[in-house]
Amino acid sequence: MGNTDTIIELRGITKVFEDDGFKAVDDFNLEVKRGEFVTFLGPSGCGKTTTLRMIAGFDMPTEGDILLNGKSIVGLPPYERPINTVFQRYALFPHMNVYENIAFGLRQKKTPKDLIDKKVRRVLDLVDLEGFEKRKIQTLSGGQQQRIAIARALVNEPEILLLDEPLGALDLKMRKEMQLELKAMHDKLGITFIYVTHDQEEALTMSDKIVVMSEGRTQQIGTPEDIYNEPKNAFVADFIGESNIFNGMMTRHLRARFCGGEWTCVDDYEEGTHITAVVRPEDVEIVPPGTGTINGVVDSVIFKGIHYEITVLSGRNEIVIQTVHSAKAGDRVGLRVDPENIHIMLAEDHTNLFYADLNRDFRLEYNGHELDTSVTRIFPGSRRQEDGSVVDGNGEILDPARVRILVAIQPGDIQMTDDQETGLVQGTISNLIYKGDHYSYIIHTDLEQDFVVDDEYLWNMDDRVGLLMPVEKMKFTLKRK
Amino acid sequence: MVWKYFRRAFLIAVLAFLYLPILVLAVYSFTSSTNIGAIRGFSLHNYVTLFTTPELTGMIAGTIALALGAAAIATVLGTIGAIGAFYSRKRASDFISTLNQIPVINADVVTGFSICVLLVVVLHVSKDSYIPLVAGHVTLCAPFVFLSVMPRIRQMDSSIYEAALDLGATPFTALMEVVIPQIIPGIVSGFALAVTLSLDDYFIAMYTKPATFDTISTYVVNATKGAQTTIKTALWALSTVIFFIVVLIVVASNIRAMRRGDGEGGRRA
Repeated sequence: MGNTDTIIELRGITKVFEDDGFKAVDDFNLEVKRGEFVTFLGPSGCGKTTTLRMIAGFDMPTEGDILLNGKSIVGLPPYERPINTVFQRYALFPHMNVYENIAFGLRQKKTPKDLIDKKVRRVLDLVDLEGFEKRKIQTLSGGQQQRIAIARALVNEPEILLLDEPLGALDLKMRKEMQLELKAMHDKLGITFIYVTHDQEEALTMSDKIVVMSEGRTQQIGTPEDIYNEPKNAFVADFIGESNIFNGMMTRHLRARFCGGEWTCVDDYEEGTHITAVVRPEDVEIVPPGTGTINGVVDSVIFKGIHYEITVLSGRNEIVIQTVHSAKAGDRVGLRVDPENIHIMLAEDHTNLFYADLNRDFRLEYNGHELDTSVTRIFPGSRRQEDGSVVDGNGEILDPARVRILVAIQPGDIQMTDDQETGLVQGTISNLIYKGDHYSYIIHTDLEQDFVVDDEYLWNMDDRVGLLMPVEKMKFTLKRK
Repeated sequence: MVWKYFRRAFLIAVLAFLYLPILVLAVYSFTSSTNIGAIRGFSLHNYVTLFTTPELTGMIAGTIALALGAAAIATVLGTIGAIGAFYSRKRASDFISTLNQIPVINADVVTGFSICVLLVVVLHVSKDSYIPLVAGHVTLCAPFVFLSVMPRIRQMDSSIYEAALDLGATPFTALMEVVIPQIIPGIVSGFALAVTLSLDDYFIAMYTKPATFDTISTYVVNATKGAQTTIKTALWALSTVIFFIVVLIVVASNIRAMRRGDGEGGRRA
């Protein structure tokens, strides 16, 4: 038996789909306390809905156990679990009216007629749709259908309410209203809510606890404040709020080098460690040139209502800043960041990330070199239209001036060469660590970026090298400016 | 101008080709003539013979009973098959759908003959027992029911079944109270199609029917070969009755569809 406060516990849940062998969820562990509002947050395909379906009983985990009040429910079919679901597209029964939809669950439990009447009326009152009993489902608006779906689940007084992106189909204003209402309902009823969304703002607004997921794995579990202020890795930082993310290296005690400068920070890692630095746009200050840690040129200024979003270019690095003070494109500026606002984390997978530009011919360009590939080859579904423009998989036009391509390449896939000019970029070896069967090098490039390269041969510190990066080993992500 | 007249003439020619034979038959069914060509005078005696000869009324009732019975069994089987295929894994579902196509395309002669061989020769089922005949007609109709139910299931929001389970319904209750009501239009049209197919069939009945039993098709074929003129002319009346029932059904269903189109104004039923 677990802690009595724990209502549901997921232990080592793994789900592999038999059809295609796809591993949707990988070793998922979570404890949910009674009455908590927990949100699974992640991009589509991260396994959050699959996890929810396993709690509801629609999918069986391949491995692991789900404990409800300390007892395993893995063998129980959905209709024997005291758990109800609000579905993504509501899944109301179209041939029944509002009353029959809500009463359906109670009827299955052979509840007496007068009690059903009373409970349906009470729950309609809760969702603010008194007197809607006789209405047909098709005559309701999206928002009203949503409320009926919530009422239909809540009337069964479940121990846990599962909500699968319930607000996805509503417009922005309605969504904001429903967020607050759902939160109020949760506080009033004291039922445990497990909520699935890809909308980080929704998660931050509503949850007691957020589980950030990516590619079937838990990235971080914590309160909204924890997750926003202390993201555990680059994925979480990038997904929650806006972030400037840089690869870098610890140069000495409490000093980190990234984005073309050496910064004082408060996170302590050993000298030479490969790190990822995250700086929130609102934490960057613009100061007169020469008085900050790095200098740069203002590239663009966008007025966003409550603040300006300013992009500054410093060498090859781009820094996004949110500030109430405006600036002019072309201004030379200095940038500084308070040490406590620099979040340093261990670069856990050592993947090298850098931005390539898209040139007029829709070819990728980095450091003045054209990469031997094209947009249509790296993004499935994208194609060149008859008028010469290129659209992405969703049919949206790609404007070379408005998009960048984030390139990821593994340390083992980069080769160093003495013949510097043949490399995609040139740099100096600034750190090396022996890792048992290979050396891990950090190369500080002329573009002020740090690359991690694995090589079985010994190179010397401060050697000048060129970096050979095969295009077929690169992974590409489209980023819009 | 010439083109315009030609077009109209062409249309009239096509319609005449389609309806003139039936019209001729209908006209002669109301006369006392024994063969087509000479009209002697208006008479209802064909209709009187049709509805009073026990041999004829028994044959008609038997055909209708067979059609309704076989269609009912085929509807149950076809619907269950479609639901099963829909909720199977993709590969199994594709496999079932492909298997279902074969009897649809296959010639009725082959179906009828093979059922006869299997049941009567191999399994020694008595041909007087009606079992081969009903089995044959169910085999004929079930794949068409499957085809008419499947699109309805595809249109249905597949999560409503899960929603029913989630609310505490057993799979059987969920099927009966949630899934079936959603696909009922497909089931009804599948049943209607099955009735028509069974009424229409000649070859399967030929091979599988008991010797003493006749469906309209097998009876008509035998009667036209024979020499009994009263029976032969009574069959003109039968053809006319069947034709007018069909016209009535088509017109009624078209009027209903038109009314619904106007009344509900684009809202989906």
